Amino acid sequence: MMDYKEIIAQYDGKAGGIIEAYHALLREFSYLPEEAIAEAARVFKLSTAEAYGIATFYSMFSVEARGKNVVRICESAPCHVAGAADVVAALERELGIKMGESTADGKFALEFTECVGQCQATPVITVNGKPYLDVSPAQIPAIIAEYK
Amino acid sequence: MAEEMRIVLRNYGKIDPLKIDDYLAQGGYKSLEKARAMNTADLIAEVKKSNLRGRGGAGFNCGMKWSFAAGAQADQKYVICNADEGEPGTYKDRLIMENDPHTLIEGMAICAYAIGATQGYIYLRGEYPFLVSTLNTAINQAKEKGLVKDFDIEVRSGAGAYVCGEETALIESIEGKRGEPRFKPPYPPSEGLWSKPTIVNNVETFANIPVIIEKGADWYASIGNPAYPGTKVFTLTGDINNRTFFEVPTNTTIREIVFQFGGGVPGDKKFKAVQIGGTSGAFIPDALLDTPVAFDSMSAIGATLGSGATFVIDESRDIVDVATRIAGFFEHESCGKCAPCREGTARTAELMEKINEGRGSNKDVALLEKLGTVMSYSCLCGLGQAAPAPVLTTIKHFKADYEAKFV
Ligand SMILES: Cc1cc2nc3c(=O)[nH]c(=O)nc-3n(C[C@H](O)[C@H](O)[C@H](O)COP(=O)(O)O)c2cc1C
Ligand code: SF4
Ligand code: FES
Repeated sequence: MMDYKEIIAQYDGKAGGIIEAYHALLREFSYLPEEAIAEAARVFKLSTAEAYGIATFYSMFSVEARGKNVVRICESAPCHVAGAADVVAALERELGIKMGESTADGKFALEFTECVGQCQATPVITVNGKPYLDVSPAQIPAIIAEYK
Repeated sequence: MAEEMRIVLRNYGKIDPLKIDDYLAQGGYKSLEKARAMNTADLIAEVKKSNLRGRGGAGFNCGMKWSFAAGAQADQKYVICNADEGEPGTYKDRLIMENDPHTLIEGMAICAYAIGATQGYIYLRGEYPFLVSTLNTAINQAKEKGLVKDFDIEVRSGAGAYVCGEETALIESIEGKRGEPRFKPPYPPSEGLWSKPTIVNNVETFANIPVIIEKGADWYASIGNPAYPGTKVFTLTGDINNRTFFEVPTNTTIREIVFQFGGGVPGDKKFKAVQIGGTSGAFIPDALLDTPVAFDSMSAIGATLGSGATFVIDESRDIVDVATRIAGFFEHESCGKCAPCREGTARTAELMEKINEGRGSNKDVALLEKLGTVMSYSCLCGLGQAAPAPVLTTIKHFKADYEAKFV
């Protein structure tokens, strides 16, 4: 695993690069650890409060530890009317956790998202950003199994 | 009968997006060459004359916007492509970038030449990570062939914030800050990214540019509705037989979109309402379906064209429940910078939930109307200004559905 300092250092000197650095941290840790935010503040010459404010503004970033594979389900209106609620129930059943929680083994996090731009085939879920289209509750175990 | 006409999707399915030679074989980058042979004033005049208006929602004349940035004096200028595409139901910009990334790059390069910019950014929504390499491959290919000399483009990823589609919030985000909208003026063409003159245009807007340069302003201006000429890409979702996309001239009517291209509502159910422009759009009832989709015709019926996302619901849907979900969207996406929106979206969501759960009355509806009206003119940015539209238009056209839920 790469050290958070090394990751952030790659973006040092890049104007406005803190968000890119946060994306890179996310790929490695799935969330933004407190000490990484403090380090980012130092590198990008911001106060810790500002660096933290950026980390909490965007919905893809998390400042709390969460499961490695982030499973998100779209709850925007087109997915909502296409039966997203049934898929939510199937995900909660399969993983044994509620929306917003992570599994005890640290493998999965379950989150709501707004539209991910794949509305031609609703309802939609994403795992680590990869979209799955026209998802039915019956498909959930197989999709989750890909990441076990 | 209306027919499809592909301008921005002209290469869709015809070329390999990762092969620049395919794009070149279709005449790609010829428009950039042609533009560079023109003087910039003539080039901008041509774009202005085409009457191309922004496809990102606000509908501002593209050439006019470019002329402001061209006229500004500065040591550095920027061209930004707004690829944030956060409006629920919208995926047209993804279609363009996925299938024909070079048309976007060519459009941006023409803009850069016109205004005198050397640096560009594509602000790509965080939900499209798989497009980063497509765009970077295309940019590198164009560079290697020496087609986009003196103009660098960098892809920056958003991180899940609908408000970052608003141009000044987007600029803040590229600067590495929280994506909160700025007070305007100054507008970006005079003071944008890092306080330098900046053009922000939508993906679909840029994709129109090479064709306009190739075929001329008069040709373009004669297509569709004269006040908002050209074509528009529509994406259809909800209770519709063809959940698909297509590109049509702007004089096409909403009825043609829903019933001819969309194939109408599935099963034996009846059409109830259509929301155009994504989640911030108005809900439109059957009686208004003969309106042309062009920007101003839509404004005249209290609706918007917006991104062209078209969401249809049939008679079996609970429209109050759908509007409640949408109110939740705005509460979640409000950036919180200004009080009318921060408080207004929260109160709207609360009142809608109350009514949806059968605890509401006419008093709550009256409150929603008053709140929505105040928000539409007092909010700092378009998010808060447009947020009440779905609620207000469902109250206006489907009041009985609200009354049916009262205690
Ligand atoms: C809340 C909000 C979200 C927006 N989202 C987008 C978007 O996702 N894509 C876009 O091109 N424009 C979006 N806009 C409009 C932009 O602010 C701006 O008008 C547009 O990028 C200008 O480009 P155009 O003239 O080519 O349309 C949004 C506006 C608001 C207020
Ligand atoms: S209207 Fe809403 S989104 Fe826009 S600046 Fe105000 S709080 Fe932020
Ligand atoms: S509405 Fe769910 S992906 Fe767009």
